[in-house]
Amino acid sequence: MKKTLLLLVLCMVFSLFTGCGEKVNEQGYYSKLNVYNWGEYIDPQVLEDFEKEYGIKVYYETYAGNEEMLTKVQAGGTDYDVIFPSDYMIEAMVKEGLLQELDFNNLSNFKKIGDEFKNLPYDKDNKYSVPYLWGTIGILYDTTKIKEDIDSWSAMWDEKYKGDIVMFDSVRDNIGIALKKLGYSMNTTDSHELEEAKKELLKQKALVKAYDSDAYKDMMASGEAGMSMCFLGDAMVLMEENQNLKYVLPKEGTNLWFDTMAVPVTSKHKKEAELFINYMMRPEVAAKCAEFVMYATPNNEGVKLLPEEIRENEIIYPKGNIFEKGEVFIDLGEFTTEYDRIWTEVKAY
Amino acid sequence: MVKKLIKRSYAFFVYMFLYLPILLLIIYSFNDSKYRGKWNGFTFKWYKELFRDQTVAQALYNTFAIAILAAIIATIIGTISAIAIHKMKPRWKSIFMNVTYLPVMNPDIVIGISLLALFAVLKMKLGFITLLLAHITFNIPYVILAVLPKLRQLNPYLEEAALDLGATPLQAFFKVILPEIMPGVITGLLLAFTLSLDDFMVSFFTTGSGVNTLSIKVYSMTKTGVTPKINALSTLLFMGVLGLLILLQKREKTN
Repeated sequence: MKKTLLLLVLCMVFSLFTGCGEKVNEQGYYSKLNVYNWGEYIDPQVLEDFEKEYGIKVYYETYAGNEEMLTKVQAGGTDYDVIFPSDYMIEAMVKEGLLQELDFNNLSNFKKIGDEFKNLPYDKDNKYSVPYLWGTIGILYDTTKIKEDIDSWSAMWDEKYKGDIVMFDSVRDNIGIALKKLGYSMNTTDSHELEEAKKELLKQKALVKAYDSDAYKDMMASGEAGMSMCFLGDAMVLMEENQNLKYVLPKEGTNLWFDTMAVPVTSKHKKEAELFINYMMRPEVAAKCAEFVMYATPNNEGVKLLPEEIRENEIIYPKGNIFEKGEVFIDLGEFTTEYDRIWTEVKAY
Repeated sequence: MVKKLIKRSYAFFVYMFLYLPILLLIIYSFNDSKYRGKWNGFTFKWYKELFRDQTVAQALYNTFAIAILAAIIATIIGTISAIAIHKMKPRWKSIFMNVTYLPVMNPDIVIGISLLALFAVLKMKLGFITLLLAHITFNIPYVILAVLPKLRQLNPYLEEAALDLGATPLQAFFKVILPEIMPGVITGLLLAFTLSLDDFMVSFFTTGSGVNTLSIKVYSMTKTGVTPKINALSTLLFMGVLGLLILLQKREKTN
């Protein structure tokens, strides 16, 4: 017993010191790649295929939020090669000088990305990022509890549905929706508009069942809640589970979000990082990931490879100009603290 | 009679409160639906997915490797420190005891961030090694606190007697002192092991280079929803611990 334990420990210690050193495989690539992504946000098959094809071992680490990822990259000591920041985070990271410019000569598959998804406000000249998945926020509601057709954010302020409404526990999303309901921009830096939004949220507070960003899915699936804010991908999966659910994009407009791929300054292997990003933009790979996560892919040729019921679904791939349906969050810099303050006051009220 | 009933129902409620959540977790690991609170039928699919998922296996390996190594190393360092503190003069003793208590009282997040800052200053690459160092660091005080009471119970002349009878100081320690304080050492070891297993905060800040632990993996799923795969894994872990307990019970009975 003692001996086996000792052996086990020795093996572990030994395994620490092997596998170091700069190794180049027969294809001329460095054989390790550190990828830092959201949890459950990629089809595992895709990673395996990449490893087989290029002989590069992918070390895959996950996070649950942009801010966490930022903390880890900022602190130094990490050597992530590819990260997946959302729209506003790209801007913040560029301002701090945390991202490397991409060399688009190595990204031949960038032409497969739809033109409307290039040069977006968070990366105007498209130097630092390529879009990976995108989507909307809308209202998911249970038709057995809510008999009318909802098409507006004001439904979430309706006295009738008191105790049935679930909101995210998130600063920008909640204040953004209140602003949209009032007809303002989600990125406003006008203090008066923000104060109005705060009043709206305070008015709503008595009606809200919970402020939550995860368990709301269980509440919606089991019929415990009547309506909630919802990310597109989750809505798709939930509607499959529970036939009574319906997802709608409110007419006042909503938030469009983009999760992108970028190379942080911590990466010492930009060539391999770009190889990976280029691989992720292959239509068949993009389609696999889009189907796995159930969000929309900006990869036009990838979309064509999806099953028809997904491809033709207007909830996922709205027809017409998507930028008429929503706004992308931009980084508000110093003003972010104002938003934080308002949200804290609402929650503490 | 009534008293007995009250006693029994009290015990029942306490244990129900402790074990009902675990029971629910186990039940949902066999649920065909991805969501909790809704029963769609019985399935083994989450277990199948769990065994297919390389990342979970990797995270499991990392978690246990870190916990075992950190617990053993922290126990060795902690035991030596405890003996040193035990032999100090009262004034120094109280200073060192306070220094030992501090990390125990300190919030995890402070430990995590400060270690991260330290590793950054030392230009260390975050990964398995830094994660291990961090875990050893927060484990040591607990080991010291587990071993010290045992040292206080020792007969102070035991060591002298051993030396008088011709033992070298090392022999005296290994053959006389260590067996006496062993229960404390084992307690410290187990405590360190469990603390390592379920730590999230410190691990999150001190890991890198694709080294995930289970707690980080589960936490990072919140964007797209924690799948019942994790329920399946937790069920297996719970069963493992249960099996271990039953084995230990059996051994105690035969001894």
